[in-house]
Amino acid sequence: MEAVVNGAFERLKRTILHIQEFTMLSYRGFANLLSRPRYWQDTFDMMDVMGVGSLTIVCLTGLFTGMVLTVQSSATLDAFGARPYVGRMVSLSMIRELGPVLTSLMVAGRVGSGMAAELGSMVVTLQIDAMRALGTDPIRKLVTPRLVSGVIMVPVLTVLSDAVGMLGGYLVARFTLRLATEFYWHSAIDAIKMEDIIMGLAKPFVFGYIVVAVGCYLGLSTRGGTQGVGESTTRSVVMASVLILASDYFLNLLILHFVYP
Amino acid sequence: MSPVVPVISFRNVFYAYPEAEEYALKNITFDLPIGGTEIILGGSGSGKSTILKLILGLIKPESGSIEIGGVEISRMEEEELMSIRSKIGMVFQEGALFDSLTVAENVGFRLREYEHLSEGDVEERVRAMLGFVGLEEFYDRMPSELSGGERRRVAVARAMAHQPELILYDEATTGLDPITASTICDLIVKLRDLEGVSTVLVTHQLRDAFQIAQSFIFKRGGRTTYHRIEDLNALMGTEFMVLNEGEAVFRGRQKELWEAENDYVRRFLSR
Repeated sequence: MEAVVNGAFERLKRTILHIQEFTMLSYRGFANLLSRPRYWQDTFDMMDVMGVGSLTIVCLTGLFTGMVLTVQSSATLDAFGARPYVGRMVSLSMIRELGPVLTSLMVAGRVGSGMAAELGSMVVTLQIDAMRALGTDPIRKLVTPRLVSGVIMVPVLTVLSDAVGMLGGYLVARFTLRLATEFYWHSAIDAIKMEDIIMGLAKPFVFGYIVVAVGCYLGLSTRGGTQGVGESTTRSVVMASVLILASDYFLNLLILHFVYP
Repeated sequence: MSPVVPVISFRNVFYAYPEAEEYALKNITFDLPIGGTEIILGGSGSGKSTILKLILGLIKPESGSIEIGGVEISRMEEEELMSIRSKIGMVFQEGALFDSLTVAENVGFRLREYEHLSEGDVEERVRAMLGFVGLEEFYDRMPSELSGGERRRVAVARAMAHQPELILYDEATTGLDPITASTICDLIVKLRDLEGVSTVLVTHQLRDAFQIAQSFIFKRGGRTTYHRIEDLNALMGTEFMVLNEGEAVFRGRQKELWEAENDYVRRFLSR
């Protein structure tokens, strides 16, 4: 019995320690922006990797999500004779929920895992130690540029995904459901309010931070050689995805409470 | 008290890795005089590399004091340590070159970050360093295209690029063929004797350790000449330390090492 309690206590202690270290890494990652040196070139390079590199996958995700949303919702809406409202359904779902969440999940899989793997192998091959020995703070050089590009590029990708999703919805509405072009776009655009845009941009901002911070934290805390790198990579995707979905729920509550009238 | 401050001074240093039950280093005390060489021998996991990490301030001792050039570093913050590290170069196991940068960018890494040199000056210095290790033609290559020995030589060039007073070598010759290992040893001796760099060498390759201890190089009329001293009584400036499970079981000159009575030392030297 005592062993069980002790074990649980140890686990709790370790979890709290992880949270503390994660918070410290995030804090130092952003605080570094306030002082020199700042690695803008590295930041732009990361933005290129995250943004341009993820274009195809994010557009494809957005396109098919928009298309399937239209197909699915048209059946429901038809029951009420509300087919012309399909545009509204698609645009609001994409902007408020599916665009931010699916884009971030895709970026977590493609970029977050890559960061964990890259930083993890730098740890196990002593490159991080070498960087410190050469007088450069790895958090400033590696984490800060990634955090900045994460909180900028994930929202940008989300906007793109929203747009492509609405376009996908339009293609299905026009060519399968035989809905008039102006009906679809009217309904889609008119439905969007300022609050929806705030929600649609606040979420990917937070998710972008989660993807990068989790990837960097797990990468930098890698132990145990190449096997450890593999574990960190997998855990980064799982943990980032769970955190994105969980924080999405709470963000919804917060934004609905404070932003919506 | 000696009027000349040693480059490194360890006093009763203890260290344990996080979540480890045993100490990785127990009661380590030594001084390295300016221009001197400390060769740390020991099996895998004996705590050799830990000493180098402590010298760089990458980890902090549990207790005891570590002075670098007379400055106590064991309680320093990361930012303060940066100025200490500017005096130290380190050659890591297997080189630890940055995979994403070219050879030239690796060697010039610190110069670009801190020394505020113009791009032309950095290039000139990088070429000179690569010339010193005999790899000028590798300027634009990526580390993945290099052999093990070439990686170590680039790592030596990177460690010396900012002209440090002290260079630390972590298993610089391990895993290399005898000829390549010998080239690296010559480089270490060259840096020590021609540039006056103090040296800490961690290794379990006895042959290389003795080659470094027994060779010296001097320059006469623009020519460098290698010498090997066979009389162990005449050897000066090189101290050996043998570590076993974190404890220094021997410290002294090469001659004393051969005469040591300690069981572990005798087994280590296969006597």
